[in-house]
Formats: sequence, C-alpha cells, structure tokens
Amino acid sequence: MVQFLSPDGTYAVPAEYAEYGKIIADLKEEDFLKFYRHMSRMRHFDGEATALQRQGQLGLWVPAVGQEAAQIGSGHAVGKNDHIFPSYREHGVAITHDIDLMAVLKMLRGVNHGGWNPDETRFHLYAIVLGTQVIHATGYAMGVKFDGKIGTGFAERDEAVITYFGDGATAEGDISESFLFAAINKAPLVFFCQNNQWAISSSVETQTTVPLYQRGAGFGVPGIRIDGNDVLASYAVTKKHMDDARNGGGPFMIEALTYRIGAHTTSDDPTKYRTQEEVDYWTARDPLTRLEKFLRRQGISDSFFEKCAEENEIMAGEIRAQTFALQAPPIENMFQHVYAESHPLIEEQAAWLKGYEASFEAEGGAA
Amino acid sequence: MSQTAYFNLPDVGEGLTEAEIVTWKVKVGDHVDVNQIIVEIETAKSLVELPCPFEGVVTELMAKEGDTVEVGKPIIAATVAEGAIGAVSTATRSIQVIPEESLPAVAEQHASIITNVPQIAAAEAKTPNLVGYGAAGHGASRRRPGAAIPAATGISAVVSNSATALPTAASALAEDKILAKPPIRKLARDLNVDITKVRASGPGGEVLREDILAGAEQASVFRNLTTPDVPQAREERIPVKGVRKAIANAMVSSAFTAPHVSIFVDVDATRTMEYVKRLKASTDFAGVKVTPLLIMAKAMIWAVRRNPMVNSTWTDEEIIVHNFVNFGIAAATPRGLIVPNIKDADKMSMLELAKAIENLAAVAREGKTTPADMRDGTITITNIGVFGVDTGTPILNPGEVGIVALGSIRPKPWVVNNEIQVRQVTTIGATFDHRVVDGDVASRFVQDVASVMEEPALLLD
Repeated sequence: MVQFLSPDGTYAVPAEYAEYGKIIADLKEEDFLKFYRHMSRMRHFDGEATALQRQGQLGLWVPAVGQEAAQIGSGHAVGKNDHIFPSYREHGVAITHDIDLMAVLKMLRGVNHGGWNPDETRFHLYAIVLGTQVIHATGYAMGVKFDGKIGTGFAERDEAVITYFGDGATAEGDISESFLFAAINKAPLVFFCQNNQWAISSSVETQTTVPLYQRGAGFGVPGIRIDGNDVLASYAVTKKHMDDARNGGGPFMIEALTYRIGAHTTSDDPTKYRTQEEVDYWTARDPLTRLEKFLRRQGISDSFFEKCAEENEIMAGEIRAQTFALQAPPIENMFQHVYAESHPLIEEQAAWLKGYEASFEAEGGAA
Repeated sequence: MSQTAYFNLPDVGEGLTEAEIVTWKVKVGDHVDVNQIIVEIETAKSLVELPCPFEGVVTELMAKEGDTVEVGKPIIAATVAEGAIGAVSTATRSIQVIPEESLPAVAEQHASIITNVPQIAAAEAKTPNLVGYGAAGHGASRRRPGAAIPAATGISAVVSNSATALPTAASALAEDKILAKPPIRKLARDLNVDITKVRASGPGGEVLREDILAGAEQASVFRNLTTPDVPQAREERIPVKGVRKAIANAMVSSAFTAPHVSIFVDVDATRTMEYVKRLKASTDFAGVKVTPLLIMAKAMIWAVRRNPMVNSTWTDEEIIVHNFVNFGIAAATPRGLIVPNIKDADKMSMLELAKAIENLAAVAREGKTTPADMRDGTITITNIGVFGVDTGTPILNPGEVGIVALGSIRPKPWVVNNEIQVRQVTTIGATFDHRVVDGDVASRFVQDVASVMEEPALLLD
C-alpha cells in the first residue's frame, strides 16, 4: 500500500515507491496548503450540509467525512484537459474543480439535476445509479483515444479520463464490463475506487474475496492500493497514472483504502451495523489531522489554520443563507432536458403533471 | 425588534411521517446557536440529533419527551433577533418566523386548529416531504410545499411585519375544505361530479371514491373509464354465488317458463325532455332528481290503468291482476343487477315518485337494498338508455308479466309534417309474458306509454 504520510503525520518515501515520491518532491508549499485548505473546506461543507438536511432544507445528504484525502489529492492530480466522471459522493473532487457547491446542494434538495456544465467544468454530473458513470467514463475515454488525443507528443494537448466509484459498485457488472472495454481499447482511463469499506450496510468483505485493486488485472487493467487517507499518496499516484494514460499507457486502477466515518446518507444509521471500535480505529487515522500534524511540523503557523477555519465559517454562512433562500423551480424544468428536442412521451407526461398540479389548485386557496 | 421563530419537525429520512422526541438538550430560557444540537429524536429509521436552524432564546418546547410528533409540526419556539432572520427568512421550509405583534393571532390559530382536528390532522401529515419516496403520511391529499398553510403545519414562513398575512392564511384554509386524493378528484371530474357537493365519508373527513360514485349519474358510473391490462392468467374462474346466482336463477326461470314476446316503438320524446327541464327548474322539485325515467314511470303507471293485464301474475291456476303498482326498477349495482320496487307507486304524486326513485337508486348503489325491497314487484322498467344503447329485449322479472326498456334519448332525424326535423328520439322496447298478455294488449300498452312520452300533458288526464 502506497503511503507517504503515516497517521501521526510522519513523512517517508519507501524505496519501492520512489517514482511516486519524485512527484511529491516537485510540490511547492502552496500546493500542500491548498490540499489542506480544500480538505478542511470539504469537511466543513459536509457538516453544514448535514445540518441543513437535519433542518429540513435538503431532501438528503451524502456525507463524505473521512474521504477528504482520497478526493482532494486525486482531484488536484487531474490535468487541465482531463475529464472526471464522479459518483454521488465526490464533493471534494468538485471543490478541486471549482464546482459551485450550491449546485450540489440544489441537487440534493431536489430543485435541479446537477446544474453545472460538464463541458466547461470537465467534472461530469453526479451519477446516482451505481456504477453507470464508470461506463460513461470508459466510453468517453475510448472516444479520446479514437480522436487521437493521447500520446501526441505535446503534453498540453493530451487528454485522459478519471472515474470515481466505491467498493460497493465493484460488485456491479458495469464495472467489469468497463474494465474489459477500457483494456482492449487501451483507453486513457484511471479507475479510482474509494474503498470506504461499507456499501451502505454491506461490508467490503462480503463484496470481494481478493483485494479490490487486483480486480482489473484479469481484464488487463493493472492496479495499486494506496492509503486513501494520505493526501500525498492520493495525489502522487493519481498524477503518475493520469500522466501515463495521457501518454498512451492505457487504463489503470487505484484502490484508495479509506473509511466512511459518517453514515451512507442522512437516511442511514450506521450504528446498526458496525461497531464504535471500528469507527474509532479509523478516526485515529483521520486524513485531515495527519496533514495538519505534518504541516505544523513543517513550520506552518496557527494563523494559516485559523484563516482556513474563518474561510470555512464564511462559506458555511453563505451556503446556509443561499439554501434557505432557494425557491422551487418551475415544474416544467424537469422535462426540458430529457431530450434535446421535443418528444411526445415527455410532452404527455408534462401535460399529465400539469393536470395533476391543477388538482391541487382546485382545492381552492392553496396557491 | 425581535421575532418569534418556530422550527418544525423535518423529514430527516426519505418519506418519514413522524418521530418521537427522545431528549431535549435545551430548555426554555436557554440561548441557542445556529447548528447547536437541541433535541434527539427517534424516527422509524434511526436516532437523529437535530441542529437548531436559528440563533435565539428558547421560549417554548412544543413537544414533550416521549411525544410522537408529526413531521411539519413545530417543536420549538425561540425569540430571535430580526437581523438574525435574514439568513433564514424567505421561503424557508421548516422554519417559520412570525412577527411578535401578531402572536395573539397565531395563538388563536393554534387553538382553532386543535378544535378542527379531523380535517387539519389529515392535511398536516402530508406537508413536509421535500423529496423522497411518495407522500408523507396518511393524509387524504398532498398539499404543496410552500403553499399557504396555517401556523401549525408551518412550511411557509410568515415574515411580513404586517399582521394581515395571517388572516389570509386562515381564510385559505376555510375555503380549502375538500380533502381528496388526486385520483378521486380526477374521478369526480371525469364523472362530472361537483366534489364540493358530495358527502365526505372518509375517517379524516376526506372524500372517498364511493362518495363520488354515489354523487354521479348512473350512466357515468358504469361507463368504462379505463381499459385495464389483459390479465396474466388465461382464464379467471368466478364462483357462482350470491347476487349472480340469484340473477341467473331468476333469468332462467323467467326465460324458460314464460314465453316472451318483445315489441318496439320509436317515439319522439322531445316534449318529455322539455318537461323534465321545466320540472328541474320548478321550485317544487328543487333538490330532487328529475330524469326522463320519472316521466316514463308515470307513463307506465298511467298505461297500466288503461291496460291492467300487463300488471298481473301468472300462477297456472289463475291470473292475478294487481290493482296497485309495485314499480320495479332494474338497477345495476357494484354487486350486480337487482330489481327493487317502489311499493304502491300508483298512489304517488310526481314529486313523491321522483323522491322514491332517487332513494331507491341511492340505496341500491350503497348495496343496502333489502329482500323486502325486491319482493312483490308487479311491473318493471329497465333504463338501458343510460348506457347509451338504443333498445333491447328485456327478460321478465319472475312473477311479473311486463317489462319495459327505456333506450337512450338523443337527437335524431324525425319526420314532422312531412319534413325532417331534429327531435329527441328514443325507442321503447317491451317484453311480455305471452301466456297472459296478447299482442293487442301489449301493443296498446306500449302505444300508451309512447303517447305520454310524446305528450306528457296526457298525464293530467
């Protein structure tokens, strides 16, 4: 398992991972600080969104506490031409690509379907149906290959694709099919699996008998396991394999071993299926704490951490105010983008809904 | 200026309807901060801590530990600074803010809500489902989130400093009395039933399917409203019992003991239709259902007097001619065809007969027709016109020797003074027991009925 930052914040590069270590050596101080700032923002955002759900402002929230290093590290390793196909828990990756966090909250309130333009952000829409995004990513990466946008000899023109999925999704046939198609087409694709150990209430042991990073090997997709709570490992390994993919090296799988500290969603109660000891074990390996320890040891002062906390408070206040101010969108919105052009079935459904809505108004005075 | 803000119990899962208050973490007089944990609740899914959505001083805990609270009900009230509301003012879903000066009005509203329990309770259960699986609660109908709903349901924020906002919400409730699920509303529209006029017999005061059907014209009720899917099974076996068995026995014994003869006559019923219209408009008949069937019944009773043999019973030894009319009306009911009769219909005025027919139909539809109601009929009408068909050959109700079918009445070409005109035309079909009723009697009877349909003024005879 690739690890550069131990839980107590000690930095070391094992000889066998020296080539990843070189990537870290290229990082500047501001990069480390950016990692921390984004990880702490992700955690704070998560807490605020959870509270907003508990206050009736969101239909659902999908917490990602504990997975900050895996997401922020890998997110920053994605190049400027690359495309990202997330699952539905990738709030941290969204932060690294300047996605408007309100768009994420709107989706979980149920007032839009995502709301950002994947063409501009290269961060595609959240995929709620498990594993579908991996198929999309594979197809997209095959397209990149067919377009000749890999190994051009001009690094700034090359493209690669990364897709995020969890341990639970690996049990979907979609993932296996994607491995096969990515491998035989030598598609520029990194399969980034955040193994947070729980697929809602199913533990990872019930989902696989071999380590997940070996899952792609039989299809021709080599893999490696990293400490998913180590932002440096996440960054360096992702960077290396995205670069390889852009150069025509074909697909690769990264299993980031991490832990979902929170519930699967706000509708879930994890105390019903796992022990507090297990949670405590992983809390002691918290990604944010270990980075902070490392940075303080490097001489980063309190003022930086205080400033981060301050920025987070401001961010939380802003999203809180904006969330409370959200209005329900016109009902027609939900039909508008199903097809590019008008479609009889969608029109029929829209008309039906209009009638259904009118039945409320018939109650009299309800409007 | 300070304001009072309420926090209504949110749906913390997906589609939860209620939760139990387990532990309050604050008490009246405590200062609370935004996102401070104020209470632990237990839902059907889990124990959940609720963070406070506003900063302020707690003025009331509106539910006790151990209470089960419906989603959407306020659980805590706090005095908050007006400035603090800025972030949480407009369009909030589960926070409600009310200016201090209007508090008495709110209190009254709470009181009135408590006294109006049946309707309000149903309305509340459905309020807060922001997203999730299906409607929250067991309420009779969904109410739109964000719609003006009074304080206790509280998904709308009343932030206006004008106290007039509250009466608006209250009057909205007053007008909004009808509780019915959307499919029931649709059924009412399809059947042309005014949903505000029907009896609401649901436990929460909601209008049920049966209420709509009871308020509908029989024709509308039995028109097929939908085409169901073809069932999976190739055959369905229905036990022959109950009403169906009784119908079968009656039909067989009738068809194979009494030799049936059927005759038909077309008739211009335009004047009958006009007469019906006039009766409907008259004050004497206000609130009474007047239909062509009523005129037809009167016509038959009149024709029976002129042709008594059609109102008799065959017993092998003798023919019993009845000098009274127990007027049977074939009624299609959810349980099947039944023929209750109106006893001594010949003694009734038009108004009495109208009421009796209406009552008979209502009782039949509710499935409350008694065997006594169906016994001792002397002659029967079957109103197949309500199903949109022109005529048919009815089968005698056992023990009777005459039955008349009233077909649909609709505009058709009709020759008047050698010219074709559009008239309201119908076909009268009738079947008789040929053992008792000869062709001439049958024909005269039907002609008499037809003549009344053509000229209802004959009834004044």
